[in-house]
Amino acid sequence: MSRISVIAVLASAMLLLYILEMVRRRRLREEYSILWLAGGVIMLVFSLKRDWLEWVADAAGIYYPPSFLFLIGMLFILLILIHFSITISRLYHMNKKMAQEIALMKGKAEPE
Amino acid sequence: MSSRMAAGRPEGKEERIPRVLVAIPAYREEKSVGGIVSSLRRKFPYDVLVVNDGSPDGTSAAARQAGAMTLDLPCNLGIGGALQTAYLFARDHGYDALVRIDADGQHEVEDIPRVLEPVLRGQADAAIGSRFLGGNEYKVSIPRIFGIRFFRWLVRWNTGYRVTDPTSGFFAVNRRMIEFYSRNYPSDYPEVDAYILMHRLRARTTEVPVRMYERAEGKSSITTFRAMYYMVKVTLSFLINRIRRFG
Repeated sequence: MSRISVIAVLASAMLLLYILEMVRRRRLREEYSILWLAGGVIMLVFSLKRDWLEWVADAAGIYYPPSFLFLIGMLFILLILIHFSITISRLYHMNKKMAQEIALMKGKAEPE
Repeated sequence: MSSRMAAGRPEGKEERIPRVLVAIPAYREEKSVGGIVSSLRRKFPYDVLVVNDGSPDGTSAAARQAGAMTLDLPCNLGIGGALQTAYLFARDHGYDALVRIDADGQHEVEDIPRVLEPVLRGQADAAIGSRFLGGNEYKVSIPRIFGIRFFRWLVRWNTGYRVTDPTSGFFAVNRRMIEFYSRNYPSDYPEVDAYILMHRLRARTTEVPVRMYERAEGKSSITTFRAMYYMVKVTLSFLINRIRRFG
Protein backbone atom coordinates (compact mmCIF):
# COMPACT_ATOMS: atom_id res chain seq x y z
CA MET A 1 0.00 0.00 0.00
CA SER A 2 1.43 3.36 -1.00
CA ARG A 3 1.70 6.17 1.50
CA ILE A 4 -1.12 8.21 -0.12
CA SER A 5 -3.41 5.18 0.13
CA VAL A 6 -2.70 4.78 3.84
CA ILE A 7 -3.40 8.47 4.44
CA ALA A 8 -6.62 8.25 2.40
CA VAL A 9 -7.83 5.17 4.29
CA LEU A 10 -7.06 6.71 7.67
CA ALA A 11 -8.67 10.05 6.78
CA SER A 12 -11.89 8.59 5.43
CA ALA A 13 -12.15 6.09 8.30
CA MET A 14 -11.72 8.89 10.83
CA LEU A 15 -14.30 11.02 9.06
CA LEU A 16 -16.80 8.15 9.14
CA LEU A 17 -16.18 7.41 12.81
CA TYR A 18 -16.45 11.08 13.74
CA ILE A 19 -19.74 11.51 11.88
CA LEU A 20 -21.18 8.34 13.40
CA GLU A 21 -20.14 9.44 16.88
CA MET A 22 -21.76 12.85 16.38
CA VAL A 23 -25.00 11.19 15.25
CA ARG A 24 -24.86 8.78 18.20
CA ARG A 25 -24.54 11.68 20.63
CA ARG A 26 -27.38 13.51 18.86
CA ARG A 27 -25.05 16.39 18.01
CA LEU A 28 -25.79 15.79 14.33
CA ARG A 29 -29.19 14.85 12.94
CA GLU A 30 -29.38 11.66 10.85
CA GLU A 31 -30.82 13.73 8.02
CA TYR A 32 -27.66 15.79 7.78
CA SER A 33 -25.28 12.88 8.25
CA ILE A 34 -26.37 11.00 5.15
CA LEU A 35 -24.31 13.00 2.65
CA TRP A 36 -21.25 12.93 4.90
CA LEU A 37 -21.52 9.17 5.43
CA ALA A 38 -22.06 8.46 1.73
CA GLY A 39 -19.04 10.56 0.83
CA GLY A 40 -16.92 8.90 3.52
CA VAL A 41 -17.88 5.38 2.48
CA ILE A 42 -17.04 6.03 -1.17
CA MET A 43 -13.70 7.57 -0.20
CA LEU A 44 -12.92 4.61 2.04
CA VAL A 45 -13.81 2.01 -0.58
CA PHE A 46 -11.66 3.66 -3.24
CA SER A 47 -8.80 4.10 -0.81
CA LEU A 48 -8.83 0.40 0.06
CA LYS A 49 -9.42 -0.93 -3.45
CA ARG A 50 -6.65 0.69 -5.43
CA ASP A 51 -7.48 -1.37 -8.54
CA TRP A 52 -11.11 -0.16 -8.52
CA LEU A 53 -9.88 3.39 -8.24
CA GLU A 54 -7.45 2.88 -11.12
CA TRP A 55 -10.17 1.38 -13.27
CA VAL A 56 -12.61 4.21 -12.62
CA ALA A 57 -9.93 6.88 -13.01
CA ASP A 58 -8.85 5.32 -16.29
CA ALA A 59 -12.45 5.20 -17.51
CA ALA A 60 -12.80 8.89 -16.63
CA GLY A 61 -9.54 9.74 -18.40
CA ILE A 62 -7.63 10.67 -15.26
CA TYR A 63 -3.93 9.73 -15.35
CA TYR A 64 -3.11 10.00 -11.68
CA PRO A 65 -5.74 7.85 -9.85
CA PRO A 66 -5.59 9.53 -6.41
CA SER A 67 -6.73 12.78 -7.99
CA PHE A 68 -10.00 10.99 -8.66
CA LEU A 69 -10.36 10.83 -4.87
CA PHE A 70 -9.96 14.61 -4.70
CA LEU A 71 -12.63 14.95 -7.35
CA ILE A 72 -15.06 12.80 -5.36
CA GLY A 73 -14.23 14.71 -2.20
CA MET A 74 -14.80 18.06 -3.88
CA LEU A 75 -18.11 16.96 -5.37
CA PHE A 76 -19.38 15.78 -2.01
CA ILE A 77 -18.30 19.02 -0.32
CA LEU A 78 -20.11 20.95 -3.03
CA LEU A 79 -23.26 18.89 -2.54
CA ILE A 80 -23.09 19.34 1.21
CA LEU A 81 -22.69 23.10 0.85
CA ILE A 82 -25.68 23.35 -1.46
CA HIS A 83 -27.62 21.26 1.03
CA PHE A 84 -26.64 23.76 3.74
CA SER A 85 -27.75 26.75 1.67
CA ILE A 86 -31.13 25.13 1.13
CA THR A 87 -31.42 24.30 4.81
CA ILE A 88 -30.49 27.84 5.84
CA SER A 89 -33.13 29.22 3.49
CA ARG A 90 -35.72 26.89 5.00
CA LEU A 91 -34.72 27.94 8.50
CA TYR A 92 -34.97 31.59 7.43
CA HIS A 93 -38.55 31.10 6.27
CA MET A 94 -39.49 29.26 9.46
CA ASN A 95 -37.85 31.98 11.50
CA LYS A 96 -39.65 34.74 9.61
CA LYS A 97 -43.02 33.03 10.06
CA MET A 98 -42.42 32.57 13.77
CA ALA A 99 -41.31 36.19 14.25
CA GLN A 100 -44.49 37.35 12.51
CA GLU A 101 -46.69 35.02 14.55
CA ILE A 102 -45.05 36.18 17.77
CA ALA A 103 -45.58 39.83 16.83
CA LEU A 104 -49.24 39.17 16.02
CA MET A 105 -49.80 37.16 19.21
CA LYS A 106 -48.17 39.43 21.72
CA GLY A 107 -49.27 42.57 19.88
CA LYS A 108 -51.20 45.22 21.68
CA ALA A 109 -52.89 45.87 18.38
CA GLU A 110 -56.64 45.43 18.22
CA PRO A 111 -58.82 47.38 15.81
CA GLU A 112 -61.22 49.72 17.55
CA MET B 1 -65.75 38.19 -6.42
CA SER B 2 -64.18 36.09 -3.69
CA SER B 3 -62.71 39.23 -2.22
CA ARG B 4 -66.19 40.64 -1.70
CA MET B 5 -67.32 37.48 0.07
CA ALA B 6 -64.26 37.46 2.25
CA ALA B 7 -64.85 41.03 3.26
CA GLY B 8 -68.21 39.95 4.56
CA ARG B 9 -70.18 42.49 2.57
CA PRO B 10 -73.86 41.65 2.89
CA GLU B 11 -75.35 41.23 -0.53
CA GLY B 12 -78.07 43.51 -1.74
CA LYS B 13 -77.68 45.84 1.22
CA GLU B 14 -76.40 49.36 1.51
CA GLU B 15 -72.63 49.49 1.17
CA ARG B 16 -71.02 49.75 4.56
CA ILE B 17 -68.07 52.01 5.22
CA PRO B 18 -64.94 50.23 4.03
CA ARG B 19 -62.37 49.50 6.71
CA VAL B 20 -58.97 50.92 5.86
CA LEU B 21 -55.68 50.12 7.56
CA VAL B 22 -52.71 52.42 7.16
CA ALA B 23 -49.62 50.24 7.62
CA ILE B 24 -46.29 51.79 8.53
CA PRO B 25 -43.25 49.54 8.69
CA ALA B 26 -40.71 51.24 10.94
CA TYR B 27 -37.13 50.59 11.88
CA ARG B 28 -35.34 53.08 14.13
CA GLU B 29 -37.81 55.88 13.39
CA GLU B 30 -38.62 57.09 16.92
CA LYS B 31 -38.09 60.72 15.91
CA SER B 32 -40.45 60.81 12.94
CA VAL B 33 -43.05 58.07 13.43
CA GLY B 34 -44.98 59.85 16.19
CA GLY B 35 -45.60 62.97 14.11
CA ILE B 36 -46.81 60.95 11.14
CA VAL B 37 -49.15 58.83 13.24
CA SER B 38 -50.70 61.82 15.02
CA SER B 39 -51.26 63.70 11.78
CA LEU B 40 -52.91 60.58 10.34
CA ARG B 41 -55.13 60.24 13.40
CA ARG B 42 -56.06 63.91 13.23
CA LYS B 43 -56.92 63.95 9.55
CA PHE B 44 -58.43 60.55 8.76
CA PRO B 45 -60.76 57.94 10.26
CA TYR B 46 -58.41 55.10 9.23
CA ASP B 47 -56.86 52.64 11.65
CA VAL B 48 -53.10 53.03 11.85
CA LEU B 49 -50.75 50.10 12.41
CA VAL B 50 -47.05 50.55 12.98
CA VAL B 51 -45.00 47.39 12.57
CA ASN B 52 -41.81 47.89 14.52
CA ASP B 53 -39.21 45.85 12.68
CA GLY B 54 -37.13 44.96 15.72
CA SER B 55 -35.93 48.51 16.46
CA PRO B 56 -33.99 48.82 19.69
CA ASP B 57 -35.13 52.45 20.14
CA GLY B 58 -38.46 53.93 21.17
CA THR B 59 -40.16 53.56 17.77
CA SER B 60 -42.95 51.43 19.16
CA ALA B 61 -43.65 53.59 22.21
CA ALA B 62 -43.67 56.77 20.12
CA ALA B 63 -46.16 55.23 17.70
CA ARG B 64 -48.44 53.98 20.47
CA GLN B 65 -48.37 57.31 22.23
CA ALA B 66 -49.47 59.02 19.03
CA GLY B 67 -52.45 56.68 18.76
CA ALA B 68 -51.31 53.86 16.50
CA MET B 69 -51.73 50.15 17.01
CA THR B 70 -48.31 48.55 17.16
CA LEU B 71 -46.81 45.16 16.49
CA ASP B 72 -43.27 44.40 17.59
CA LEU B 73 -41.24 41.92 15.60
CA PRO B 74 -38.78 40.12 17.88
CA CYS B 75 -36.01 40.53 15.30
CA ASN B 76 -35.37 42.61 12.20
CA LEU B 77 -36.99 40.98 9.17
CA GLY B 78 -36.53 43.73 6.60
CA ILE B 79 -39.20 45.94 5.11
CA GLY B 80 -40.97 43.13 3.23
CA GLY B 81 -41.16 40.85 6.26
CA ALA B 82 -42.51 43.71 8.36
CA LEU B 83 -45.06 44.65 5.73
CA GLN B 84 -46.17 41.04 5.42
CA THR B 85 -46.95 41.12 9.15
CA ALA B 86 -49.29 44.03 8.41
CA TYR B 87 -50.95 42.05 5.60
CA LEU B 88 -51.45 39.13 8.02
CA PHE B 89 -52.98 41.52 10.54
CA ALA B 90 -55.22 43.11 7.91
CA ARG B 91 -56.30 39.70 6.67
CA ASP B 92 -57.09 38.40 10.17
CA HIS B 93 -59.05 41.51 11.12
CA GLY B 94 -61.07 41.80 7.94
CA TYR B 95 -59.77 45.07 6.50
CA ASP B 96 -60.99 45.99 3.03
CA ALA B 97 -57.94 47.99 2.03
CA LEU B 98 -54.41 48.62 3.19
CA VAL B 99 -52.33 51.70 2.53
CA ARG B 100 -48.60 51.58 3.06
CA ILE B 101 -46.63 54.68 3.88
CA ASP B 102 -43.13 55.12 5.21
CA ALA B 103 -42.27 56.14 8.77
CA ASP B 104 -39.62 58.64 7.73
CA GLY B 105 -41.91 61.35 6.46
CA GLN B 106 -41.08 61.05 2.77
CA HIS B 107 -44.71 60.39 1.79
CA GLU B 108 -47.31 63.13 1.99
CA VAL B 109 -50.10 61.81 4.20
CA GLU B 110 -52.57 64.25 2.60
CA ASP B 111 -52.30 62.20 -0.59
CA ILE B 112 -53.56 59.00 1.06
CA PRO B 113 -57.22 59.46 0.00
CA ARG B 114 -56.07 59.97 -3.56
CA VAL B 115 -54.14 56.67 -3.52
CA LEU B 116 -57.06 54.88 -1.85
CA GLU B 117 -59.74 56.11 -4.20
CA PRO B 118 -59.25 53.74 -7.16
CA VAL B 119 -59.05 50.80 -4.74
CA LEU B 120 -62.15 51.71 -2.72
CA ARG B 121 -64.12 52.40 -5.90
CA GLY B 122 -63.20 48.94 -7.17
CA GLN B 123 -61.38 50.35 -10.18
CA ALA B 124 -58.04 48.81 -9.23
CA ASP B 125 -56.66 46.02 -7.05
CA ALA B 126 -53.61 48.14 -6.36
CA ALA B 127 -52.99 51.85 -6.69
CA ILE B 128 -49.40 53.03 -6.54
CA GLY B 129 -48.37 56.57 -5.77
CA SER B 130 -45.95 58.04 -8.29
CA ARG B 131 -43.72 60.99 -7.55
CA PHE B 132 -43.20 61.58 -11.27
CA LEU B 133 -46.82 62.07 -12.30
CA GLY B 134 -48.81 65.26 -12.19
CA GLY B 135 -45.95 67.66 -12.68
CA ASN B 136 -44.47 67.10 -9.25
CA GLU B 137 -40.98 68.43 -8.87
CA TYR B 138 -38.93 65.65 -7.40
CA LYS B 139 -35.18 65.85 -7.66
CA VAL B 140 -33.53 62.52 -8.39
CA SER B 141 -29.82 61.89 -8.60
CA ILE B 142 -28.29 60.59 -11.84
CA PRO B 143 -27.60 57.01 -10.66
CA ARG B 144 -31.09 56.80 -9.22
CA ILE B 145 -32.67 57.92 -12.47
CA PHE B 146 -30.69 55.20 -14.20
CA GLY B 147 -31.99 52.63 -11.70
CA ILE B 148 -35.57 53.83 -12.02
CA ARG B 149 -35.39 53.73 -15.80
CA PHE B 150 -33.96 50.23 -15.68
CA PHE B 151 -36.78 49.01 -13.43
CA ARG B 152 -39.40 50.73 -15.57
CA TRP B 153 -38.06 48.80 -18.51
CA LEU B 154 -37.81 45.55 -16.53
CA VAL B 155 -41.42 45.83 -15.32
CA ARG B 156 -42.75 46.76 -18.73
CA TRP B 157 -40.83 44.03 -20.52
CA ASN B 158 -41.99 41.32 -18.09
CA THR B 159 -45.51 42.39 -17.17
CA GLY B 160 -46.68 44.94 -19.68
CA TYR B 161 -47.44 47.40 -16.87
CA ARG B 162 -46.30 50.87 -17.86
CA VAL B 163 -45.17 52.47 -14.65
CA THR B 164 -43.41 55.72 -13.96
CA ASP B 165 -42.31 55.05 -10.37
CA PRO B 166 -41.49 51.33 -10.01
CA THR B 167 -39.77 51.67 -6.62
CA SER B 168 -42.57 53.62 -4.95
CA GLY B 169 -43.38 52.49 -1.42
CA PHE B 170 -46.59 54.52 -1.24
CA PHE B 171 -49.53 52.39 -2.35
CA ALA B 172 -52.95 51.01 -1.54
CA VAL B 173 -54.22 47.47 -2.11
CA ASN B 174 -57.61 45.82 -1.80
CA ARG B 175 -58.70 42.72 0.08
CA ARG B 176 -57.70 40.39 -2.73
CA MET B 177 -54.12 41.68 -2.71
CA ILE B 178 -54.01 41.64 1.10
CA GLU B 179 -54.87 37.95 1.13
CA PHE B 180 -52.34 37.11 -1.55
CA TYR B 181 -49.56 39.20 -0.06
CA SER B 182 -50.15 37.72 3.39
CA ARG B 183 -49.04 34.41 1.87
CA ASN B 184 -46.47 35.62 -0.66
CA TYR B 185 -44.38 38.70 -0.22
CA PRO B 186 -40.68 39.38 -0.83
CA SER B 187 -38.59 39.81 2.32
CA ASP B 188 -36.58 42.81 1.25
CA TYR B 189 -36.96 45.47 -1.44
CA PRO B 190 -40.52 44.35 -2.24
CA GLU B 191 -41.74 47.21 -4.43
CA VAL B 192 -40.45 46.17 -7.85
CA ASP B 193 -41.07 42.48 -7.16
CA ALA B 194 -44.68 43.27 -6.35
CA TYR B 195 -45.30 44.05 -10.02
CA ILE B 196 -44.52 40.45 -10.94
CA LEU B 197 -46.84 39.23 -8.20
CA MET B 198 -49.60 41.56 -9.39
CA HIS B 199 -49.02 40.43 -12.95
CA ARG B 200 -49.29 36.79 -11.91
CA LEU B 201 -52.61 37.60 -10.22
CA ARG B 202 -53.69 39.57 -13.28
CA ALA B 203 -54.28 42.43 -10.88
CA ARG B 204 -55.55 45.75 -12.16
CA THR B 205 -53.09 48.44 -11.20
CA THR B 206 -53.04 52.15 -11.57
CA GLU B 207 -50.61 54.93 -10.74
CA VAL B 208 -51.67 58.05 -8.91
CA PRO B 209 -49.69 61.28 -8.62
CA VAL B 210 -48.42 61.86 -5.09
CA ARG B 211 -45.98 64.16 -3.35
CA MET B 212 -42.80 62.72 -1.93
CA TYR B 213 -40.10 64.52 -0.01
CA GLU B 214 -36.49 64.02 0.84
CA ARG B 215 -36.22 62.02 4.04
CA ALA B 216 -36.82 64.02 7.18
CA GLU B 217 -35.00 61.75 9.60
CA GLY B 218 -32.70 58.76 9.33
CA LYS B 219 -30.98 57.33 6.33
CA SER B 220 -32.49 55.79 3.21
CA SER B 221 -32.43 52.02 3.28
CA ILE B 222 -30.65 52.24 -0.07
CA THR B 223 -27.18 53.74 0.39
CA THR B 224 -24.74 54.04 -2.47
CA PHE B 225 -22.85 50.97 -1.34
CA ARG B 226 -25.98 48.90 -1.40
CA ALA B 227 -27.25 50.24 -4.71
CA MET B 228 -25.48 47.63 -6.81
CA TYR B 229 -26.60 44.82 -4.52
CA TYR B 230 -30.11 46.23 -4.68
CA MET B 231 -30.11 46.19 -8.49
CA VAL B 232 -28.78 42.65 -8.74
CA LYS B 233 -30.99 41.24 -5.99
CA VAL B 234 -34.18 42.86 -7.24
CA THR B 235 -33.52 41.86 -10.85
CA LEU B 236 -32.79 38.28 -9.84
CA SER B 237 -35.81 37.84 -7.59
CA PHE B 238 -37.98 39.63 -10.14
CA LEU B 239 -37.00 37.21 -12.88
CA ILE B 240 -37.27 34.19 -10.60
CA ASN B 241 -40.70 35.27 -9.41
CA ARG B 242 -41.72 35.13 -13.01
CA ILE B 243 -41.22 31.36 -13.10
CA ARG B 244 -42.14 30.58 -9.50
CA ARG B 245 -45.21 28.83 -8.09
CA PHE B 246 -47.34 30.70 -5.60
CA GLY B 247 -49.54 29.32 -2.85
